[in-house]
Amino acid sequence: MTESTVAQRVTRTGILLALMLFAIVPLLSMFTTALAEPGSTPRGLTWPGDPHWHNFVDAWSSANFLALFRSSILIVVGVVPATVVMATAAGYALAQLNVPFGKVIYGLLVVGLTLPFEALITPLYYDLQSMGLLGSRFAIVLPLIGLLMPFGVFWMRAHFLGIEPALTEAAKVDGATGWQTFRRIHLPLATSAWSALAVLFFLASWNQYLLPLVLVDDPSKRTVAGGLGAFQGQHGTDVVLLCAGSLLIMLPSLVIFLIFQRNFVRALMQGAVK
Amino acid sequence: MTDVLLRQRSEDPVAPREVVRRSARRTRNWAALVWVAPAFGMYALFVLYPMLQSIQYSFYDWDGIGPAKPAGLDNWKAIFTQPELLHSVEHAFILIVFYSVLPVGLGLVAAALIRELRPGAFSTTARVMLFIPQVLPLVAAGIAWTWMYSSDGLVNQVLRAVGLERHTRAWLGDFTFALPAVGVIGVWVMLGFCTVLLLAGIGKIEPELYEAARLDGAGRVHEFLAVTLPGLRRELVVCTTFTVIAALASFDVIQISTQGGPGYQTMVPGVEIYRLTFLQQHVGQASALAVFLAALVLVIIWPIQRLGRER
Repeated sequence: MTESTVAQRVTRTGILLALMLFAIVPLLSMFTTALAEPGSTPRGLTWPGDPHWHNFVDAWSSANFLALFRSSILIVVGVVPATVVMATAAGYALAQLNVPFGKVIYGLLVVGLTLPFEALITPLYYDLQSMGLLGSRFAIVLPLIGLLMPFGVFWMRAHFLGIEPALTEAAKVDGATGWQTFRRIHLPLATSAWSALAVLFFLASWNQYLLPLVLVDDPSKRTVAGGLGAFQGQHGTDVVLLCAGSLLIMLPSLVIFLIFQRNFVRALMQGAVK
Repeated sequence: MTDVLLRQRSEDPVAPREVVRRSARRTRNWAALVWVAPAFGMYALFVLYPMLQSIQYSFYDWDGIGPAKPAGLDNWKAIFTQPELLHSVEHAFILIVFYSVLPVGLGLVAAALIRELRPGAFSTTARVMLFIPQVLPLVAAGIAWTWMYSSDGLVNQVLRAVGLERHTRAWLGDFTFALPAVGVIGVWVMLGFCTVLLLAGIGKIEPELYEAARLDGAGRVHEFLAVTLPGLRRELVVCTTFTVIAALASFDVIQISTQGGPGYQTMVPGVEIYRLTFLQQHVGQASALAVFLAALVLVIIWPIQRLGRER
């Protein structure tokens, strides 16, 4: 640690506090606004004289958030486990087994890491229309599995590449079948990798906006983020209700992040840099 | 069994593994395709195939319902000749400054400052707080900042409080300031990600390097340039890649806060693709822009990645 003078320490803390303030102030402004008198136009960041906690209840019912949360949970349940399982299997095979054309397969998947969702949304719309899935939750779940897959495979492969090949050989010598080797040895060692992936995929599904906006008309069948977009369209002028509603939809993402914060940040660092 | 294996290995630590590796390379494991098939199948069906369709659509004039008419290179030419399409691409490049350059720069500063703190409540709080915007839905970020920038919002409130009343405006409706204002939302979202990743990278730099630099009498700035920056090469590449993609492919924040307006001042390719397909039914034009955007991202990311691999 550098020996620092008092002046240096004050500057350092000052800059950091300013950046922290920048990160948190928009949320604080939303919070005080959400507590203002319904229908009023409050000023940016003012603690209301008498906070209207009831606004959260009103936003909850007028946006039909119960249906939205249920819908989001269905979408998350449809996307996350399936994607994590498929990505783990593929990542394992590409790292540890000798997959024919493995390099080509992996190369194609890596290209997918950079593809913007918008570049695919037009054909996806017409494809899902011809499959008769447009408007249903499958129209969000199925493409999302495909779109998240490159990152999942990339992430899990990076993990399995870090495993000693000797481990697999030892199991083979012991007479374990390929499946047993995976199930008993590799999978338990991969717990932190796939669980971090699951958290990332939860956030990606929960926060997904473009797919629901385009592929599902009925806001109550969208993700919460997609539904909030519709809510903004309807109540855009009622700042108080809009802020209350937005805070409600942020809450699950925030809670999940704070719970997994430590593992999450650690996994992100390990995974991203590999 | 394992004991035997381990003993063998300790007698001859290199040979057995080499043999296994070489023989494994010769025999392709066709059964392993089963492991890859579901993942690759979903990817092929919902990413690769639509991408090829986009390329195909881009050579047609199609309203999404009637028959498609071959349009040759018209849609492609339009990207370079129609001002609103060209501008949307320009804006995407300007957003790189906000989504990528500023967050990486400020992230370096923040990470360097947090590193000097003693580990404890304040450094954890700083890290967590800076990271929060990254985990929230971008839709919510858009709504929060739309409120910040509105006539009654906090930005104007602060300006009034410090006596700069005449500079207050509806920021997102202002022809000059709308794009930078949207850009600042990008800084807000990306700063925490860059800080946390760079901080992790700094943690991995050998402390001896810092000691050596100090023994050589290096000042803070020199130490930063000689030790921290080179040590962070891989993290910088990851940060830049991630944020540049986010800049070029931005959609959520802009769709929520300005929808490309006022006029075309904040129009970006993502929003333009959405409008062309779903509001104006110019599917061919939208597809050409989509393929162009995808290619653009690849062309820009490629050299950044190469830079990371050189050692």
